[in-house]
Amino acid sequence: MTQLALVIDLNVCVGCHACVTSCKQWNTSGAAGPLADFEPYGKDPTGAFFNRVQTFEVGEFPNTQTVHFPKSCLHCEDPPCVPVCPTGASYKREADGIVLVDYDKCIGCKYCSWACPYGAREVDEERKVMTKCTLCVDRIYDQTLPEGERRPACVMACPTSARLFGDIHDPESVVSQAIRDNAGYQLMPEWGTHPANHYLPRRKTPMHIHEDELARTDNPLKVDGLLPKPAKSEPSLDDVMSW
Amino acid sequence: MRPDLSVLLLTTLIGAGQGLFLALFTVQLYALAGLLPPPSGHAFYAHGSLIALAFLVGGLIASFFHLGRPERAWRTAAKWRTSWLSREVIVLPALMGVVFLYGTAHLAGWTPVLATLPSGLAIDATLALGTAGTVLAFALFVCTAMIYACLPFLREWASPLTVLNYTLLGGASGFTLAAAFAVAAAPELTRFLAGWAFVLTLLGAVSRVASLIRNARLKPKSTLQTAIGIKHPRIAQKSMGFLGGSFNTREFFHGRSGAVLRSVKWVFLLAAFAVPLTLLALAGFGAPAGLLVAAFFVQYLGLLAERWFFFAQANHPQNLYYQAVA
Repeated sequence: MTQLALVIDLNVCVGCHACVTSCKQWNTSGAAGPLADFEPYGKDPTGAFFNRVQTFEVGEFPNTQTVHFPKSCLHCEDPPCVPVCPTGASYKREADGIVLVDYDKCIGCKYCSWACPYGAREVDEERKVMTKCTLCVDRIYDQTLPEGERRPACVMACPTSARLFGDIHDPESVVSQAIRDNAGYQLMPEWGTHPANHYLPRRKTPMHIHEDELARTDNPLKVDGLLPKPAKSEPSLDDVMSW
Repeated sequence: MRPDLSVLLLTTLIGAGQGLFLALFTVQLYALAGLLPPPSGHAFYAHGSLIALAFLVGGLIASFFHLGRPERAWRTAAKWRTSWLSREVIVLPALMGVVFLYGTAHLAGWTPVLATLPSGLAIDATLALGTAGTVLAFALFVCTAMIYACLPFLREWASPLTVLNYTLLGGASGFTLAAAFAVAAAPELTRFLAGWAFVLTLLGAVSRVASLIRNARLKPKSTLQTAIGIKHPRIAQKSMGFLGGSFNTREFFHGRSGAVLRSVKWVFLLAAFAVPLTLLALAGFGAPAGLLVAAFFVQYLGLLAERWFFFAQANHPQNLYYQAVA
């Protein structure tokens, strides 16, 4: 079984919203039609997005950390939004675990959005159907794209590589290793939804300077310590060069 | 959650329709057992069924306004194995059909005996249809309530009390409606129906107050800590990621102040329970029967307020992610 997912490194995310804009750009240009925007340049712009970057402040001033927190559909392994759908428009793909909405079957009853504790689904007010992150399913299998670009738009756009993409059921994949090595976790584990997307926590990055980092330990000839240390009275380098 | 008028109308209208049908069949069963004089003629059952059907159809029509794509509503019967909404969509038309046949059978006097019990009791067509309708009416109460009660993280809803409330409140308004209807159609049944309406309204009040007490004691399971997975006691959102609103900021909050919420609670406790109970009791002691009509309208409006409060009180955990604009 494959379960494609994103792993988002909160230690690296700088909150630039590049994943938000690239997501919107890709998904508003696709075959499914544009994602609605209302008053995009007006006083109160609104519209459907699949991905948002939120900002939280953790701690008490002055000991605070600013955490940028990208949030999109988590493609739960046990998605509560799927069984509640009366038409079967909301479904989870067997092959790769992506949770999708069939826009042609959706009746726009919004019940699936009530059933998602993460608020990952948004109604497209123009098409009157539920929309959500597709994990760029129209990108990742596109044979016309170079292999390196068969990744979700948000992953491609991230300037700090805070977003990793892969199969979390494959223990050797980059995402599984990242989850293992860096204590990746799931959001709201209390509801048993088993989100496929994981988050990597903030990590302390202290600086340790060891003795051997000051002396060159990688010098194969080990000559660093053997350099001549001429006395003050002896000729300087200039004196030697001027011979 | 944001209360949507179409859903408030759907749940209250079909509740009253189901209750009215149950009241009609209760009268038939009592008459069959010889505990009540049978209503003169078949107009009581036939016209009563017509009114019940009108309420059910009204609820169905209201529900379409909740859909973004009502033209695809026929698809909703597909996932009855997993979705309570799908089950409701199947049971509601089935109940409508049975109510229609029940009324027609009474109107036409179509009462062929289908079977005879060993005790000598003859099961005729209206009895069989009434039994089927009763099963469907209770099934519909369960389906409607389970749409809400099956969502574990909407903790105000995820309780057996939700199912009990929908059943009792629908039954109460239906029996009050039946009592008001009996004033015109079968005055000899008025006191009987008003009595049952009183009992059901009282039970409904007990069960609804029980759920209010339960909900007041709920402690949130999801917190900002579990929502973003950072274990620190002090977390504050600085930005939800956008300045204008979105579906997430509109759909999951009632948009009113806490004071409005509290007033609506008292309004529905008075209008759905206290006032109808008084009016039903007065009617039982021989006050003008017109009070029963007033009792139904007050109770119906009270139940609309009750349903509004039911939605508004439910606090969706996704709201944790949408607390500060910037």
